[in-house]
Amino acid sequence: VSLTFAVPRGALLAETLDLLEGLGVATAEVRDNDRKLLFADDGGGGLITMRPSDVPTYVEAGAADLGITGKDVLMEQSERSVIELVDLRYGRCRMVLASAAGEDRAAEALRRLGVMRVATKYPRIAAGYFERTGRQAEIVEVKGSVELAPLTGMVEAIVDLTATGSTLAHNGLVEREQIAVCTARLIANPVAHKLKATEVDAVLARLRAAEGVA
Amino acid sequence: MIHPIPSGTRDVLPDEMRELRAIESAVRATFERLDYGEISTPALEYEDTLARADVGDAKPTYRLFDEQGAVLVLRSDMTVPIARVVGTRYPTAPLPLRFYYLAHAYRGVRPQRGQPREFLQAGIELVGSPSPEGTIEALNVLCAALEAVGLEGYRVGLGDASLFPTLLDELGVAGESRGRILHELYSQDFAGLEREVARLDIDADAAGLLVRVPQVRGESAVLDDFAGGVADAALASVRAVLEGVDAKARRRVIVDLGLARALGYYTGAVFEVYDPALGVPLGGGGRYDDLLGRFGRGLPAVGFALNVERLHIALMGEEPR
Repeated sequence: VSLTFAVPRGALLAETLDLLEGLGVATAEVRDNDRKLLFADDGGGGLITMRPSDVPTYVEAGAADLGITGKDVLMEQSERSVIELVDLRYGRCRMVLASAAGEDRAAEALRRLGVMRVATKYPRIAAGYFERTGRQAEIVEVKGSVELAPLTGMVEAIVDLTATGSTLAHNGLVEREQIAVCTARLIANPVAHKLKATEVDAVLARLRAAEGVA
Repeated sequence: MIHPIPSGTRDVLPDEMRELRAIESAVRATFERLDYGEISTPALEYEDTLARADVGDAKPTYRLFDEQGAVLVLRSDMTVPIARVVGTRYPTAPLPLRFYYLAHAYRGVRPQRGQPREFLQAGIELVGSPSPEGTIEALNVLCAALEAVGLEGYRVGLGDASLFPTLLDELGVAGESRGRILHELYSQDFAGLEREVARLDIDADAAGLLVRVPQVRGESAVLDDFAGGVADAALASVRAVLEGVDAKARRRVIVDLGLARALGYYTGAVFEVYDPALGVPLGGGGRYDDLLGRFGRGLPAVGFALNVERLHIALMGEEPR
């Protein structure tokens, strides 16, 4: 294949490599190599590995023709001009609003103070959600463990991604509302989508045949 | 001392300026040779005047007030100002009118590689020439300009803004679901398009068509699958343009039925310029047969704009290294 794929490291990596293997892309080298980032093949394509939130950046710029990343990343970076091709169905997670177990402190803050404080790694998704549901929220952006924020009293609630809910439960948090369901998506650079149409369509055809994805 | 300038703007220094001027000269000579006349309009316009046109996502973002309190904006493209000029200064002139421009436009885009908020456009407007002849001429001029500049790998995607709305009409998709489907198409989310189409109460063939059509792109043979029966008028105009362009343009034009441009005023053929050396389109254009009427002279028209700075990046990207 003469296509370059942007591949997400982290939770989506294993299933993404299985998917690419099924498309005839060699992945053994990636599996054996934690540090290397760029894996060229003979046909002018290859794999580049990166954190999931960088995938839309590389694909938008055309440094990769196709990429795989979570819908959460695409929602947070909705201004990127990339084409969303297929819902790959794996890596299923949910974006939720959660607060400490017991009486809902966030609801109380909203009722008595008119505003709730919400910590998140997804400020745009969170802000959009509260705007859509007509509630005032002060969004506090954090980069690390979001669960810490309500435990310290800095905020009343968090907006975060959860797969099994175990991290939430472990920190004494309960889900209050579901904002979105997020799965892995195949995205394309708009120019590559036109100029490498045959190769891109071949990937789509094999995907649909192999996985029975939508 | 560092004195800042506004985000998304930049200074152009002599090395770059020389190269930009070379591109401009080649484009200008081509437009002049093909009988287009240069036009210049003010960078500032009244907001009310420009608001007569539906520019979709490309709304002017820089606003200021004059001493009478009128709201002025920096133009976000040249097509709407030229439509104003035609309505004001050419109310009875014989047709067609051929204009070109090399001018800056201003938008509130996110600054990124090759996408500043103040950008230089080179383009034409061909007023009073209907489809398909006018579209054919515009594509011929576009390709002539790109050849003159020396761009090698470029292709021009051709679609039709009326195609998908027509298809939805023919399949009886109306109301909210129609709006949701068009939203997915304009945001280029095909996974979302599939999801919305699956929720419609239509037969499997029709649903398959809605999902498949926007992904049809490539050499003109891809149109052979659509022998007839769906969106005939729109597809016929795409075919007529493909068959009408000159030999030079024919090697460059590809079909792209999913093409959806950010400007809202397009009514028929739309096109976009791609080069493998750059991840974003270099420019594009299309037919806007309803726009001139909003400025007092209802005429069919077509035009395109090339982003000169992106063209420059692509030319450099094509250099062997």
